[in-house]
Amino acid sequence: MRTERLTVVSNEPIGPYRLIRLRRSGLEAGTPGQFFMLEAPGRLLPRPFSLCLAPAGELGFLVDPIGAGTRAIAALAPGDSIRVTGPLGNGFDLSVARPLLVGGGIGIAPFPYLSERLGRPPALLGFRTAHHAEAAALVPNAEVVLDPTLVTDALPDDPGDVLACGPEPMLDALALRVPGAQLACEAPMACGYGACYGCVVPRNGSYLRLCIEGPVLLAGAA
Amino acid sequence: MTIPLLNASGCLDPLAAPDVARSLDVVVTKTITPLPRAGNPPVRIAESEHGMLNSIGLQGPGIDAFDRESVPRLSELGVPVWVSVGGFSADDYALCCARLDGDDRIAAIELNLSCPNVEEAPETAAELVAAARGATSKTLYAKLSPAQWDIAESARAVVAAGADGLSLVNTLRGLALDPVTLRPRLARGAGGYSGPGLRPVALACVHACAEAVDVPIVGMGGVFSGRDAVELAAVGASAVALGTVLFADPLAPARIRAEMEPEVAALGSEGLPGNRARLLSI
Repeated sequence: MRTERLTVVSNEPIGPYRLIRLRRSGLEAGTPGQFFMLEAPGRLLPRPFSLCLAPAGELGFLVDPIGAGTRAIAALAPGDSIRVTGPLGNGFDLSVARPLLVGGGIGIAPFPYLSERLGRPPALLGFRTAHHAEAAALVPNAEVVLDPTLVTDALPDDPGDVLACGPEPMLDALALRVPGAQLACEAPMACGYGACYGCVVPRNGSYLRLCIEGPVLLAGAA
Repeated sequence: MTIPLLNASGCLDPLAAPDVARSLDVVVTKTITPLPRAGNPPVRIAESEHGMLNSIGLQGPGIDAFDRESVPRLSELGVPVWVSVGGFSADDYALCCARLDGDDRIAAIELNLSCPNVEEAPETAAELVAAARGATSKTLYAKLSPAQWDIAESARAVVAAGADGLSLVNTLRGLALDPVTLRPRLARGAGGYSGPGLRPVALACVHACAEAVDVPIVGMGGVFSGRDAVELAAVGASAVALGTVLFADPLAPARIRAEMEPEVAALGSEGLPGNRARLLSI
């Protein structure tokens, strides 16, 4: 685990989201699906984000400004610096034969980096509106569905090795359809490194810390 | 003089973050109970104004698994280990303390007498300390709740019952509402409030107890800077524990230690006004 202050290189709109690029400094990019804790200026606690893009010398994060912390991060300007810890947790298992990326909304955040590492596999992405779907441009080979069509409606009969990230109902529906799917999960998190026991999810009759046992979990292990 | 830094119990898993553990002078475990506990259902964490709420509910492996699996690994960190002990009756406290009593790998026991997120034992804090005292000769720190009218009276009672020191303070019970639905954000409703908002409360408690009893005090509550730590020492804390700040910044111990140095140096040979330099058993 490593913590450094990183400088903002750029902040651009992607549909309703913001793509924040930071100078990487001494931090590693890690495995797709791993996450970083980003300081939210003016807030007490940092916020967890999976890595979206990993160009040389940079770390890119896709931010949905929906709360006080994400709004503070979305408002960062080039030259600002924030404390960043990571990479944290367990990412996707990349040893898959027929990958299919399945994502919903801001859940597509880890896919640009994941797609690059997997050689641009097919992706199936669901969004609420066409404005949100502008983010699909970040993911190669993506098929997009819009509300009320769900990604599970468009899922092929033999989907192959599913790697997914998105809202909980989407992940729950996928877990039923595709046992063995890799699901990148999310939970409110204070520390990101196993200290607070805040981000637990129920598994096998006990609570797992998502930050160190996840955030990528196998469907069917519930 | 230096002010030793600890972590507040429940705010660090030394085995998950050994580097953070080694940046402290003492590590304090998460509270251990006689039996394994799943803890409270999520949502367990919410940021609030000037602090945060937690409702973890003493999730833990129980004393048997802790003793078998965690203690050997904790002892390899090279940092003195205090074990936080909790329970739901005087017998629970006595059982855990008896199990740890002869173990040289454990430097001290902190009695969590004040978790705001679980049912309380029916006995008074002093009765729980007396039960623990009867079960171990180890150094015992009593961790008290700030939610009491006269904490000094409580401090006198637990010291009379055999506590060797005090840990001040635990969290205060608080509630946060979802901004849209106006329903509690934590699954269990209320939770323990920590962070900067707790700081003046902790200062008042340490100040009152340092006047009332003559034992070492570990001060804690919203410490985010070296100045905050020095203020707790100035009203009588012999050491300072870091809690919420560790969630925000894993590098906080080194930063706070560096910030304390010039603060203490600026006081000159007189030193800190309230610090009676009582040594901790570390």
